[in-house]
Amino acid sequence: MIEIKDVSKLYPGKQKTITAVKDVNLTINDGEIYGIVGYSGAGKSTLVRMFNGLETPTSGVVTINGTVMSELKGKPLREARQKMGMIFQYFNLLWSRTVLENVTFPLELIGMDKAERIAKATKLIDTVGLQGRENAYPSELSGGQQQRVAIARALANDPQLLLSDEATSGLDPKTTDEVLELLLKINRELKITIIVITHEMHVIRKICDRMAVMDEGAVVEEGNVFDIFRHPKMEITRQFVSEEETPQLNDTTVVINELLAQVPTGKIVKLTFHGDQAKLPIISEMLRQFPNVDLNIVDGSIHQTQEGSIGTLYLQLLGDDDEIAGATDYLHKMRVGTEVIRGE
Amino acid sequence: MVSSTTGFSSYFHFSQVNWPSMWSATVETIWMTIFSLVLVGILGILLGLLLFETTGSTNFWARLVHWVTALFVNVFRSVPFIILIVLLLPLTKNLVGTIIGPKAALPSLIISAAPFYARMVELAFHEIDHGVIEAAEAMGATRWQIIYKVLLPESSPALVSGITVTGISLIGFTAMAGVIGAGGLGNLAYLDGFQASNNTVTLVATIIILIVVFIFQTLGDLIVDKLDKRVAN
Repeated sequence: MIEIKDVSKLYPGKQKTITAVKDVNLTINDGEIYGIVGYSGAGKSTLVRMFNGLETPTSGVVTINGTVMSELKGKPLREARQKMGMIFQYFNLLWSRTVLENVTFPLELIGMDKAERIAKATKLIDTVGLQGRENAYPSELSGGQQQRVAIARALANDPQLLLSDEATSGLDPKTTDEVLELLLKINRELKITIIVITHEMHVIRKICDRMAVMDEGAVVEEGNVFDIFRHPKMEITRQFVSEEETPQLNDTTVVINELLAQVPTGKIVKLTFHGDQAKLPIISEMLRQFPNVDLNIVDGSIHQTQEGSIGTLYLQLLGDDDEIAGATDYLHKMRVGTEVIRGE
Repeated sequence: MVSSTTGFSSYFHFSQVNWPSMWSATVETIWMTIFSLVLVGILGILLGLLLFETTGSTNFWARLVHWVTALFVNVFRSVPFIILIVLLLPLTKNLVGTIIGPKAALPSLIISAAPFYARMVELAFHEIDHGVIEAAEAMGATRWQIIYKVLLPESSPALVSGITVTGISLIGFTAMAGVIGAGGLGNLAYLDGFQASNNTVTLVATIIILIVVFIFQTLGDLIVDKLDKRVAN
């Protein structure tokens, strides 16, 4: 278990002191995937570097399985680091080494015997799906493949904890999903705790169990990923969630405006479904109860999170005012989030 | 036959070239270059490492070491080589016991070229992506492991191309050292060529030096090509 207690990090400067991390308290359980989301400069990279002692807190303590990281120095610190893996946005592979040599690197550091480390590295290269590329150099691989090598390298010392610092930020959407699948598989099969730092809500939704939102060095919201997606409390969290819910928000606005121009008598509502509601035939039931309402689907999406699905639907409702009011009341009654985007 | 010291034809009196002494002068030049280059390589990497490792430190001793090393490097890189030889004559006498011959050229060659190479080494280390060093630290590498498993291999192409450039300027330095009696092709061109008014000897010595430089550069480029894995080939 990882405990962060009252952790702050200040960088004294000539003009003024910069607070990179401000009074952060977090508990991360063994075996979970914990996401920390925030815009760049929010302090999440500084925070994650305190887990393996690359940064030390100005005040507060980071405790990993009972060991206070900031008290470690020299050999004990290096040994603690050998039990953690870390992956980065730009992969940070050694270009002068082949894939195999990159993966054996951490094993060389602990003085493992050559035959043993080659056997182990070869197995890890299989795990990340790069068999056959052992003798390639990083420059001959795609970004996604390089990150796989970095993941294999991070796993070489059988870590209990894997730190991922914007590991998918440099990758295209398809490759991002492949790397996320791999991280999920590693978490499930090897029972490794993973801490994911990202500015993309997509990454959190896809693999994280719990999450924290950071803004200007402080954790402003924390909890279950599903709950936060459903009821974001802070404005910044709402921004992150809405980015992810409607990835083509601008397109949707365009579509709504076009529709309004074509059919000036429309009411546009945004419906949000979570979990079980997304599985119920609520809309068809609504139409059965209010048969004079005409309905036009403007846009919609359903996302899978680790705990269930979240759906968003943009509808144009046409017809008698009373009927429409009844229909939206029905939706409210069914606990569907209903938001009127444009009235009459 | 009277040798003419003027006119274009003075370059082509090949019968006046003493080939055995030309050969032994070539060997002396190559020997001085290679011997000093090996020591310059070792010393330059050590100095460069010292500069790199102490850059931006907040520790008082590290800053002191950085300041002293930087001062040494800057001073000896700035003194013109021909003056440095003369300046170091007493030291040379103490170190190698003589102030003439190829051996006597070594101390000034090394002290002049090592700081030059040290700066290139420092630059080569600074060009390594900091993230790679951070990754090694995150894996629990010691400082020493980072030096010989990350810094040196990752900068190897730059280190080799730097030693090639340094080697070529060393060849030039050996020729200058020749003028004050260090032997080699520079010495031959000065004594048998200039002072004996034999332009052909000067021309032949020049051509040999050019060939040595050319071979050296080609060899260096080949090794860099072999080491550099950053571009897929």
